Amino acid sequence: MSAFLEVDDLAVSFPTEDGVVKAVAGSSFSVSQGHTLAIVGESGSGKSVTAQAIMGLLNRGYADITGRIVFDGTDLLALDDDEVRRMRGASMAMIFQDPLSSLHPFYRIGDQLAEAVRVHNKVSKSEARARAVDALHRVGIPSPDKRANDYPHQLSGGMRQRVMIAMALINSPSLLIADEPTTALDVTVQAQITELMSELQRETGTTLIIITHDLGVVADMADEVCVMYGGRVVEYAPVRDIYYSPQHPYTQGLLASVPRLATDRVDRLDPIPGNPPSLINLPSGCVFHPRCGQREDVPGDLCRQAEPMLVDAGRDHLVRCYLADQAGAR
Amino acid sequence: MGAYVVRRVLIMILLLLLLTLTVFVLFSLLPADVARLTCGKICTDQTIELNRARLGLDKSVWEQYWIFLTGLFFGRTYGVGPGAVVCEAPCLGYSFTKNEPVLQLILDRLPATIFLALGAFVIFLIGGVAVGVYSALRRGRWQDKTVMGISLVGYSLPSFFIGLVVIYFVIIRWKILPFPQYVQPWDDPVRFLQTMILPWLVLAILYAAFYTRLTRSQMLETLNEDYIRTARAKGLPERVVVRKHALRAGLTPIVTAAGLDFAGLLGGAIILETIFSLPGLGSLAVAAVLDPDLAVLVGVTLITAVFIIVANLVVDVLYAVIDPRVRPS
Repeated sequence: MSAFLEVDDLAVSFPTEDGVVKAVAGSSFSVSQGHTLAIVGESGSGKSVTAQAIMGLLNRGYADITGRIVFDGTDLLALDDDEVRRMRGASMAMIFQDPLSSLHPFYRIGDQLAEAVRVHNKVSKSEARARAVDALHRVGIPSPDKRANDYPHQLSGGMRQRVMIAMALINSPSLLIADEPTTALDVTVQAQITELMSELQRETGTTLIIITHDLGVVADMADEVCVMYGGRVVEYAPVRDIYYSPQHPYTQGLLASVPRLATDRVDRLDPIPGNPPSLINLPSGCVFHPRCGQREDVPGDLCRQAEPMLVDAGRDHLVRCYLADQAGAR
Repeated sequence: MGAYVVRRVLIMILLLLLLTLTVFVLFSLLPADVARLTCGKICTDQTIELNRARLGLDKSVWEQYWIFLTGLFFGRTYGVGPGAVVCEAPCLGYSFTKNEPVLQLILDRLPATIFLALGAFVIFLIGGVAVGVYSALRRGRWQDKTVMGISLVGYSLPSFFIGLVVIYFVIIRWKILPFPQYVQPWDDPVRFLQTMILPWLVLAILYAAFYTRLTRSQMLETLNEDYIRTARAKGLPERVVVRKHALRAGLTPIVTAAGLDFAGLLGGAIILETIFSLPGLGSLAVAAVLDPDLAVLVGVTLITAVFIIVANLVVDVLYAVIDPRVRPS
């Protein structure tokens, strides 16, 4: 499998008055064409910053970005701003968390979609409008011709997110990044939106990166999963391996903190103790060691002294933990 | 939308009525005796009483107000017989000092004030917004700091200071422009521009400083919005993101301030009109205070207030044009 998108040792930091925020450090993962990669982690784990780095949405005069992001054979970080801009919305597109604040409140949704068409294609206004209506139809918006004249505030939350999806897919991108696309929606609508995204992905063969902390969504949609913590990728594996043989203590902790409805027993949830690390003053060694229940299993004081590498634990499974080899051998 | 405008206009008419009442009662409470003021140099008790009757001042305030109100719609006549003075509708009052209806005095002075306001308005709005956007896009860099520094100075300096300094250098020392003498633009356009350019610029500098700061803070706010990120994610060029998406969203408070400022300017820029000897509403009001000519004062106050009320209505309607969320459905 050749990688369609390969992120290699990506690091992003922002200078602030309180110090340098190391939002992402040493992020590496890849996605194959047509696959779905889920990036999972708590707030502040670097998921969204990674996504925005791929899309070229970070202000490069402000953020310090190093590493490589190779998309379909091109290193995006080597391009200039305008070259990346031409790709945005055309070959790669993004959906955001809150569809109400992500749509411009002053423009009709049909116009917002048509604008996305006309940035990248030399077409007439009526042709762009026709494509906009067609895109709204494809995401299941009833009477799209009329709805195109609506303003975002006149639609429901689910409809708005459908509009965002229509806008992202309108130029048939080969990569779609969805940043917590269901988090801001009602639970009943969440399922419809994930269903819609899976369906559209089947139709178009788009490569999808979905950022979420909803492990249910991950199980439904993902082929591979990338778990992030403290700006680092701590585990990367096919989705089955993440659920059935998670190797990083943090991944294990995440799974243990998910409520299970199917079992008869009344289990207590098992939360991970402590809080996510400060991105300005990261812990020494392994960034997870202060919260890790298994650090006693590692000989000496290794976890506190040196950061483990992302090591191959077999079968496309990468883990950033000293215990990984032992676990992989099991 | 139409019904909304109609409702607002009806409310406005009610407001105007209340306004005439307030202004009228307020001025009738002044200790000045109008009958004495309008009587001239050789003045006997008898003529004062005659004047009082002619002006209707022997009646109660409410009766006077009623006569004033009917005068607005149907005109009124001061006195009786051959010496009677007719003030045709709409009669805002009659200045016995100048022997002219107040409305005519105001209409004579309106062009200078309107041209001064319009010219300055266009310059400070376009200039202030443009510089504000520029400053926001270069936040924290030296260009931004320079602009903010200059605007603070412009914001703090009084108009008479800037006005006098400019007159001293441009007109007296360097003789770049002739001494200001107002002519109507249709009579002598060159002279008109020579006279107006300085007051336009001075007024514009004073206001532009405020609009620069307002626009800058608005832009910094909207540029952080999620929909700006969406616009960038679509691949829009940065200038489209700034103009079409960010500026449009930050426009509402700018429109509010601009509407009210414009109305205020229409009421006359008192100090600048005096400094540049422009025959506008402001200098008319000053003269009426010094003279004193109460009828003119009431008239100018009313007209100024009408401008403000109408500007408020226009601003509210513009809100709905700019922001679909406040449109009544």
